[in-house]
Amino acid sequence: MTMPTPENPATAAVSCRGLVKRYPDVLAVAGIDLDVWPGECFGLLGPNGAGKTTTVEMLEGLTTPDGGEITLLGAQWGKGRDRELRQQIGAALQETKLSEKLTVRETVRLFRSFYDQGRDVDEVLELAGLEEKRTARVGKLSGGQKQRLALACALVGSPKLLFLDEPSTGLDPQARLRVWEIVEQFKQQGGTVILTTHYMEEATRLCDRVAIIDHGKVIAQESPAALIASLGARQIVAFSADGELPAEALAALTGVRGVQRQDESWVLSVDRASETLPAVLAELTSRRLQMHSLTTHQATLEDVFVHLTGRGLRDQ
Amino acid sequence: MELTRARILEFVREPEAVFWVFVFPVLMAVALGIAFRSQNGGRTSVALLDSGPVAARAELEQKLRASPLIELRVLDEETAALALRKTRVEVVVAVDANAAAPTEGEPPALTYRYDGARAEGRAARLLVDDVVQRAWGRADTVNARDENAPRRGARYIDFLIPGLIGLNLMGSGLWGIGFSVVIARTNKLLKRLAATPMRRSDYLLSIALSRLLFLGLEVLAIAGAGRLLFGVQVAGSILALGLVSLVGALSFGGIGLMVAARPRTVEAVSGWMNLVQLPMWLLSGTFFSYERFPEFALPLIRALPLTALNDALRGIMNDGMSLASLWAPLLVLLAWGLTGFAVAVKFFRWQ
Ligand SMILES: Nc1ncnc2c1ncn2[C@@H]1O[C@H](COP(=O)(O)OP(=O)(O)OP(=O)(O)O)[C@@H](O)[C@H]1O
Ligand SMILES: [Mg+2]
Repeated sequence: MTMPTPENPATAAVSCRGLVKRYPDVLAVAGIDLDVWPGECFGLLGPNGAGKTTTVEMLEGLTTPDGGEITLLGAQWGKGRDRELRQQIGAALQETKLSEKLTVRETVRLFRSFYDQGRDVDEVLELAGLEEKRTARVGKLSGGQKQRLALACALVGSPKLLFLDEPSTGLDPQARLRVWEIVEQFKQQGGTVILTTHYMEEATRLCDRVAIIDHGKVIAQESPAALIASLGARQIVAFSADGELPAEALAALTGVRGVQRQDESWVLSVDRASETLPAVLAELTSRRLQMHSLTTHQATLEDVFVHLTGRGLRDQ
Repeated sequence: MELTRARILEFVREPEAVFWVFVFPVLMAVALGIAFRSQNGGRTSVALLDSGPVAARAELEQKLRASPLIELRVLDEETAALALRKTRVEVVVAVDANAAAPTEGEPPALTYRYDGARAEGRAARLLVDDVVQRAWGRADTVNARDENAPRRGARYIDFLIPGLIGLNLMGSGLWGIGFSVVIARTNKLLKRLAATPMRRSDYLLSIALSRLLFLGLEVLAIAGAGRLLFGVQVAGSILALGLVSLVGALSFGGIGLMVAARPRTVEAVSGWMNLVQLPMWLLSGTFFSYERFPEFALPLIRALPLTALNDALRGIMNDGMSLASLWAPLLVLLAWGLTGFAVAVKFFRWQ
C-alpha cells in the first residue's frame, strides 16, 4: 500500500476547512481544519465539551455547519448525493439508545436492510462478539454489549468510512480491548476510521494521527508518537510541595525540559526521572519544603494535553 | 418491509400498549352498553307515594299495576324524591292528602311530579295520565292505530359501537405514533437512522403502515364485543367496514406523524395530542349525535376527521350504506391523512 500524500487534499477520505458551529450559548466548533487520509485511523481527542461530537456529526452530515466546507469521499453533503454517501459510511453515535424491544439480531438485520450492499448479519454479530446474545432483547444487554451492538450496526453496511464517537467510554478493560480489535480489523481491511475518545491508551494504540481539540479548536495535529516527542521529554515527574517555589528554580534543574503548574502540583517533563528526582529533593530541602505527593511515568498524550493547555484531559 | 416488521415487533412486545389498544375500548363498550341498556324491558318506572287516603291509594295502585307499560313502585316521600332525582323513576304520583276519601269508583285528586326538562319525564307523565284517565272512564274519541316498528340499529349501543371504533382508531393512531416517535427522538435513535441511507419518508410510511395490522384487530375486538354482548349488527358489508377503518387508521396515522414531527419531549407531544383530540372528543359525536350542535357549526364539525370516520362507520354499521354513498367523509379522511403525512415529511425533526 502506498502512503497517501498529505500534500494533496484531493486524495483525502475526509477533509474540512474552517468548520464552525455556533449554539445559542456557546461557539461549539470555532474553525477546524482536518484531513483524514484513506486507510488511516484518525482520532479526535479532547476534554468534555471540546466540540468533538459536534465536529463528527457535521462530518456525518447530521448537523449543518454554520460555516466551512466538508468534503467526504469526494462529495459534499446536501448536493444531491447524500444517499450515495450514506451507503458508504457507518456510524456509532454518542448515546444512541436502540429500540429495547427488538432482539440483537433483529436490530442488526434492520440496519442491514438500509444498505444496498453489506455484510452478513450473523458474520457481523460474530465479529462483535454478540453471537450468544443474538436472540436477547436489546433492553437486556449490558452497557458494553450495547456499545458492541452499535458497532455491529455501524459495520453491517460494509462502510468505507467509519465514524465512532467514544466507542469505548464506560467499558471495562476487556470490553474495550474487544472494541479495539474490531476497529483494528476494520482498518486492516482498508477502512478509514474517525473516532473520538478521552482515552490516551485508545488514541495511542488505534490512531495513526490525532487532533487534540480544546474549546472548539485544533491545538495540535500529529501522530501520537510525534506529539509525545514534541514534549522533548520521555518521562514525567509530578509532585506537590507544602510551600511556594519559583518555576525558574525547577526549570534550572538537571534534565528538566518543561515546567507546568497544574492546580496544586508541579509537572516536570524530564529526560530521565531517576536523574532529576534527587535534584528536585535537594532543591526542596534547601528551601525547607516537604514533598507531598509524587508520581512519575512515561510521557503520554495526556501530558501533551497538559503541556498545551495547562489542564488535565479529564478535569472539569 | 423490514422497518414495518420491526415496528410491529416492538409494539407486540409492549404488553401495556396491547392492553390500551384492545382491552380498554372493549371494557368501555361493555360498561356504557350496560349503563344505557333499555331498563325494565322497556317499561316506564313510576313511583306511587305511600301517603294519602288509603282506599283511594289502593285503588290507584291496582289500576296502575294493570298497565303493561308501567313498572310501579310504592315509595315514601323521601325515597321517591331521591329516586326521581336519580332518574330511577320518571314520575311520582301522589294522592292529595286533603281529598276526602272518595266513594267507590269516584276519581281521586292526583299530583304528578316529574322533570319537565327531560323528554323521558314528559313522556312518562303523559303515559301515567293516560292510564289513569282511561281507568276512570275517559273514552277515546279518535280511533288510532299503533305501528310500532323499532328501527334496526337504533338503540344507543348500536350508535355507540361505531363511535367507539372511531374514537379508538383516533386514540391509538395518535398516541401510538406520537409516543414512539418522540421516544425514538429523545433516544437519538432517529438521528442514528438519519445517518443511514434509509429513505426518510420510508420510515414515516412504515410507522403509518404498521398501524394497519392492529387496526384490523382493534375493529374486530370492539365490533366483536358489540356483537356478542349486545347483538350489534353490521348492516352494510364487512368489506366496506374494513375499508373505512383502513382509511380512518391511515388518516390518523398521517395526523399522528404531523403532531409528532417536531416535539422533543413526551410531555410536549402529549400536550399537542390532547389539544388535537379535544375538539373531536367534544364535537365529533362519539357518545351523542353532533346534530345537536347549532346548525352553523355543522359543516365545521363534519370536516373533523373523527366526525367523518364516525359518520362513515355508522353509515355502514347502522344504515347499511355503500362506500360510494359515503364519498364525502372518506374524502375528508383522505385529505387529512395526506396533508398530515406531507407536513410530517417536510418538517420532521430527526434530532
Ligand atoms: N444541541 C446543542 N445545543 C446547544 N449546545 C450544544 C448542543 N450540542 C452541543 N452543545 C454544546 O457545544 C459544546 C460542544 O459539545 P460537544 O458535544 O461537541 O462536546 P464533546 O467534545 O463531544 O464532549 P464530550 O466529551 O462530553 O462528549 C458543549 O459546550 C455543548 O454544551
Ligand atoms: Mg461527545
